[in-house]
Amino acid sequence: MTGLQRLIGERRMPYVFLLPNLVFFGLFVFVPIAINFVYSVTGGPALFPSERPYVAADQYSYLFDCGSYVDPNTCREDHFWRGVYNTLFFSLFQVLAMVGLSLLTAVVLNMKIRGRGFFRAVYFFPVLLSPVVVALIWKWILQRDGLLNAAITGFGGDRILFLTEPGWAMFWAIFVSVWAHMGFYTLILLAGLQAIPSDIYEAAEMDATPRWRVFWRLTLPLLWPNLIVVIVLSLIRAVQTFDEVFVLTGGGPGTSTLMVVQYIYETAFSNQVQNFGLAAAASVVLGIVLFALTLAQLAFTQRKSS
Amino acid sequence: MNFAHLVTARRNPKGWHWTDIAAYAYLLLGVLLMFGPVLWLILSSFKTQASLLEFPPSLLPMSQKEITVPGYPQPLPLFTVTMEDGTTRELAQVRRVGIQAQMIDPANSGRQLRVPIDKRVPVRQFALATENYTEPLERFAFPQFLANSVFVTVVATLITLLINSMAAYALSIYEFKGKNAAMLMVIGTLMIPITIILVPVYLVVTKLGLVNSLWAVILPGAATPTGVFLLRQYMLTLPRDLIEAARMDKASEWQIYWRIVMPLTLPALAVLTIFSIMWRWNEFLWPLAVLTKTESYTLQIGLNAFQGELQTQWQYLLAMTVMTLTPVAIVFVFLQRFITTGIANTGMK
Repeated sequence: MTGLQRLIGERRMPYVFLLPNLVFFGLFVFVPIAINFVYSVTGGPALFPSERPYVAADQYSYLFDCGSYVDPNTCREDHFWRGVYNTLFFSLFQVLAMVGLSLLTAVVLNMKIRGRGFFRAVYFFPVLLSPVVVALIWKWILQRDGLLNAAITGFGGDRILFLTEPGWAMFWAIFVSVWAHMGFYTLILLAGLQAIPSDIYEAAEMDATPRWRVFWRLTLPLLWPNLIVVIVLSLIRAVQTFDEVFVLTGGGPGTSTLMVVQYIYETAFSNQVQNFGLAAAASVVLGIVLFALTLAQLAFTQRKSS
Repeated sequence: MNFAHLVTARRNPKGWHWTDIAAYAYLLLGVLLMFGPVLWLILSSFKTQASLLEFPPSLLPMSQKEITVPGYPQPLPLFTVTMEDGTTRELAQVRRVGIQAQMIDPANSGRQLRVPIDKRVPVRQFALATENYTEPLERFAFPQFLANSVFVTVVATLITLLINSMAAYALSIYEFKGKNAAMLMVIGTLMIPITIILVPVYLVVTKLGLVNSLWAVILPGAATPTGVFLLRQYMLTLPRDLIEAARMDKASEWQIYWRIVMPLTLPALAVLTIFSIMWRWNEFLWPLAVLTKTESYTLQIGLNAFQGELQTQWQYLLAMTVMTLTPVAIVFVFLQRFITTGIANTGMK
């Protein structure tokens, strides 16, 4: 390395340090983005772009060929649209539950309680578990002869097939995903709460302001920037949901918990006919949504820091 | 000062406000909901196949007590039997014939008794079915999955640490042409998750001849924008005088990076190490797409394949799940502080 520096000079050394990372980014991020567009405008089963015939926007028009966009049954590629609607439904309720519960937990953890470190760890540790492990833990509890059904029959109820009834499967997909990730958002909100200067509360105490008013008028507005970050970040993640739900329900029963990312994965890799073009077109659509969400996040974080 | 203190201080300095009680109730419910499922997994993983099929399930791993009786080569299962006169005795079952069971008193093995099978209840005792753990290690490809996961995690983390710290060094210590463009590239990659470039990355990996090789899992995620940011942020705080002094002493740029900056960046490197281990150990979608041969599966893919089989062998699956989460649990217990401050500082995981 010292020899290299003698050869090219000190001024060019920063490029040498940057090079490995940029090669990796180029090879595995930037080149793929370009190729993704190539895939989305070519057809056929071939993997190598040079062997794929150009089909213009056919993949996109196939994807968007619907009698009515609100009814996936009228779409040619109905799985994609079921994925879209499932993902929308999942994201809406998952983000609502996630933000509400992590806010509540952060507020409680910010109170003067004993063993705060322990309780914080309790809510946080599932964040580190792998999605496969998370899904298996809950699959074991939710199965027909599982712990939850034992509790239900113990109280005189009837067994429920949680993972094979569409409504329940979606409910548990959302529940498990909130269970696994809420600790992460709680941590961000807790950091935000702890950054609020305490003299503001002391002033409120002087005025004998009721507690809920303090929360509504002081805490929430001051926490708002963090809350926005949490909302957008959890939305970006929710839209990309795949692994936990895939292992928990496999997208089923039927297609009732099939998400967009699972559709992309299956279209490209696990269906009998590997349709790379269609998968790439769906990826581009998902990418545009994520791009918009990320821009929103950057805009909000910029405002927060300025 | 926080709310609880605020309220209690004003109304009742020593007593409890209802919100305190509600807070503790919420936290205890949280402990139950967050820890309970994992505890249930661990307890279940020590149950025998037979007791996993029981409904309702027992809380603790229990199995039928067996006893060795002189004159019988195999240990015999022990039952509590209600005799005709209403008394109960503990008897060992020799064999079952229809609705009758031939049983003997372990203390007096000479005489056999015939007992209707509905008059006997198994004697159960607490027992850990450790074979759930040892058998997968011998019979399935589990050790291979484990070795693959360890290899991927260790090698990928080393590469990530090296190349990300090099990039962070360049972006924090130097002023050079194209620096802003390089920063923009790094930020740009933040917006491109693997979920939306699965197919083309698969093509790149195929062109490189890496399909079904563990390198296909290791390489695409080796350069991470999170890592570059984390390390750069830390390196920006290092005193510049130190670097200038080293230049005066004719240290080469590589020596400055390796001998001076890297040792000083250790706290940030530790955080990135933990993150990288978590990412790699838990990674799922990409390995699922690129690894199609059983011998190259990582633990996560192996577990998923195992649970997808028609007849799920839960006794092994649960034990393998526990083994998969153990390393992460150990990392968490010892390094919790690093992880939580790392996330709070970067807002990333």
